[in-house]
Amino acid sequence: MPLVLTEEQQLLRESARGFLDEKAPVSALRKLRDSRDAVGFSRPLWKEMAEAGWAGVLVEERHGGSDFGFVGAGVLAEEMGRTLTASPFLSTSILAATALRKFANKSQQDALLPKIAAGEALFALAVDETSKHRPAQIAMRAEKSGNGFRLSGDKTFVADGHVADKIIVAARTAGAPGETGGLTLFLVDATAKGVAAERTEMVDSRNAARLKFDRVEATGEDVIGEVDGGAAVLDGVLAAGNAGLAAEMSGAAQAAFAMTTDYLKQRTQFGRVIGSFQALQHRAAQLHVEIELVKSVVLKALQDLDGNFGFAGITCSLAKAKAGEVAKLVSQEAVQMHGGIGMTDEYDIGFYMKRIRVAQEMFGDFAYHADKIARLRGY
Amino acid sequence: MPEEAFRAEARAWLEKNAPAEMRDGGIGEEFVCWGGKRWKFSSEAQKTWLMRAAEKGWTVPAWPKEYGGGGLSKEETKILKDEMKRMKVRSPLESFGIWMLGPALLKYGTEAQKKYFLPPIARGEIRWAQGYSEPNAGSDLASLQCKCEDKGDHWLVNGQKVWTSYADKADWIFVLVRTDPKAAKHDGISFILIDMAAPGVSTKPIRLISGASPFCETFFDNVKVPKEHAPGVSAIVGEINRGWDVAKYLLTHEREMIGAGGGGLFATRGLGEVAAQEIGLEGGVLADPLLRAKIAQAEVDGWAFLLTIERMKDEAKAGVGMGAASSVLKYYGAEFNKRRFEIAMDSGGSKELEWEGARTNDGKLAKSWLRTKANSIEGGTSEVQLNIISKRILELPDA
Ligand SMILES: Cc1cc2nc3c(=O)[nH]c(=O)nc-3n(C[C@H](O)[C@H](O)[C@H](O)COP(=O)(O)OP(=O)(O)OC[C@H]3O[C@@H](n4cnc5c(N)ncnc54)[C@H](O)[C@@H]3O)c2cc1C
Repeated sequence: MPLVLTEEQQLLRESARGFLDEKAPVSALRKLRDSRDAVGFSRPLWKEMAEAGWAGVLVEERHGGSDFGFVGAGVLAEEMGRTLTASPFLSTSILAATALRKFANKSQQDALLPKIAAGEALFALAVDETSKHRPAQIAMRAEKSGNGFRLSGDKTFVADGHVADKIIVAARTAGAPGETGGLTLFLVDATAKGVAAERTEMVDSRNAARLKFDRVEATGEDVIGEVDGGAAVLDGVLAAGNAGLAAEMSGAAQAAFAMTTDYLKQRTQFGRVIGSFQALQHRAAQLHVEIELVKSVVLKALQDLDGNFGFAGITCSLAKAKAGEVAKLVSQEAVQMHGGIGMTDEYDIGFYMKRIRVAQEMFGDFAYHADKIARLRGY
Repeated sequence: MPEEAFRAEARAWLEKNAPAEMRDGGIGEEFVCWGGKRWKFSSEAQKTWLMRAAEKGWTVPAWPKEYGGGGLSKEETKILKDEMKRMKVRSPLESFGIWMLGPALLKYGTEAQKKYFLPPIARGEIRWAQGYSEPNAGSDLASLQCKCEDKGDHWLVNGQKVWTSYADKADWIFVLVRTDPKAAKHDGISFILIDMAAPGVSTKPIRLISGASPFCETFFDNVKVPKEHAPGVSAIVGEINRGWDVAKYLLTHEREMIGAGGGGLFATRGLGEVAAQEIGLEGGVLADPLLRAKIAQAEVDGWAFLLTIERMKDEAKAGVGMGAASSVLKYYGAEFNKRRFEIAMDSGGSKELEWEGARTNDGKLAKSWLRTKANSIEGGTSEVQLNIISKRILELPDA
């Protein structure tokens, strides 16, 4: 498969860019932040995105989706990264849609995928319990009780956790923290007895929550995949999520870089445009090269998810590792090359730095993914 | 031809024609067949392999058949390369003629020049050198001074080149010369082809930090170059005084070559595998955690770079590529290759520092490590590539 977008995917990109520039520029995120919006994104905008087929980007047509595939989803994520658009896209349309489509049973799919595509149900994926992403360390218990389970434990850094209608939560049905076996994924209603959500105000002004589960009841029908077989489900879902985050960071890095080169061509000091200083030119050129590398790994990961889902984990880790490092570097250099104005809240560049910092941390930072690759390579 | 049919054909042909000794996956200087009049084949098998590949046109598979190539499409060329890699077949022939002059002639040469010069390159009969750099014209190549005067029936060349790789082993040389000393510096340059056997051409080897002396000073002392090397075959490629266009085009090919060389990591053994063997594992991971981190980082970057080479090729094929991609590849590939040899030396420790002796094959790795330092100098330095990227791609202003 050539590493280029198809014509269809290119058209999707263009229409997404037009839509987002008009309806969800960075100023929209600023407004949500300044008004301390309780939801954290615009519900009417999400409705429009759903109508455009974005919410159901990974949902089959028979369930009402647009089925653009992972490359399509990545294109949308990248464009939303450019404009830092706050939306439930990652949690609902990538993570939950992947979990349901790839791992759920037919009745779960028939019940829930149409709702995702229609923009009618919001989901959240609850994995982390500690401040670093270490899924094997999950301690939350799902004790057998009668015919079902009783879930107890705490989750953190749950994107959209306070607005979701349904939560996909990873808990331990067997084994001890540190073991990958014994995990199970459950679908839980956000309104179920014993679920408590606390919204956390994050650096990037986007949505996250801490969740508490206190003896929450679940049945075998709420299990996604196999009991004790959650690690495989989680691997697949997180691979997709990390590819989505990598695509988003690629977009954010490209936008921050474009703002920076524009600035280099405008700002004058010492009687010349600062972009004529070679010290800055070379740093900008290096960022350009790094961003080119990011585009390649992101597209590869997305294509692998479409073409060979079961084996895409490693390229998704590659994409997340590389995109995170480069996006961080770009955002730091962007602020530096703007000088004082880059430090002001009034200027948008800081929003990029903040979002990138959060996105690269979610579901494993560089060290997590590089370590995973190294282990797979036997060192 | 459908892809799979071609793959089967390529495989069958390689199976039948590539001698067993040429299937050891050997890459690197000591395995290369450079060809040329004075080439000493390392074995009968190397010679047989060159002859057979040349006969088939597969020393330069993508060149048109009438010039000694295989006439393959880009897809077919890629399939052939893949199959050779899979079967660990050595490349039958490498040369500056293939990498640099060939593409320049295909674009700028006359039909007569192509017919005259390309087939001997394809057959490995003529080895070419590159006469660009001069003592006072390195990064600022266009300031070159080597003089070329029109003497009616011939050109008269006087001047000096430097860092001319393999000049002492080459049969012919393509040279940038100044044909109009009064014109602006980019406008008075021509691209001329010179027989190294011509009276007045001499070379003097220069020793490198690796101990080898693969490059030379090259002197032109009243060298008479015929206007035509054969009837209708001009010595000058492109228009007179427009040699800079040819020179730049050739450089993009050279840069892509050097850049792609940086991706060689995964062709052989991975850095992690080598380090694990030298240092050992503890708890399933490399016993040296800081080195492991460096290797993992290089693995991520190296893989990303390989995918970028692939993407840029695919984009070029789809006609959506951006210009100056060769500078992106050259810059990153060179810097990455240096990094990976630094890591290999870190992994090897004191053992790899043995400059002589069988344990290190006479300091093979150390010599390669030293050689990589040239990657960010040859073909235009890393700084020059960054200049090109900032001006041509980012459109940042001149000082
Ligand atoms: C192994 C090897 C093989 C080679 N083979 C050939 C060959 O076959 N044929 C041939 O013609 N040449 C060959 N070269 C020469 C090579 O192309 C030149 O060395 C190269 O272009 C740099 O020129 P220079 O050595 O004069 O360095 P200089 O141009 O003097 O550069 C010195 C330093 O200054 C920096 N610098 C220069 N200008 C700028 C600028 N504008 N901005 C920022 N930094 C700058 C450079 O990046 C470098 O770090 C070879 C070189 C090597 C090392």
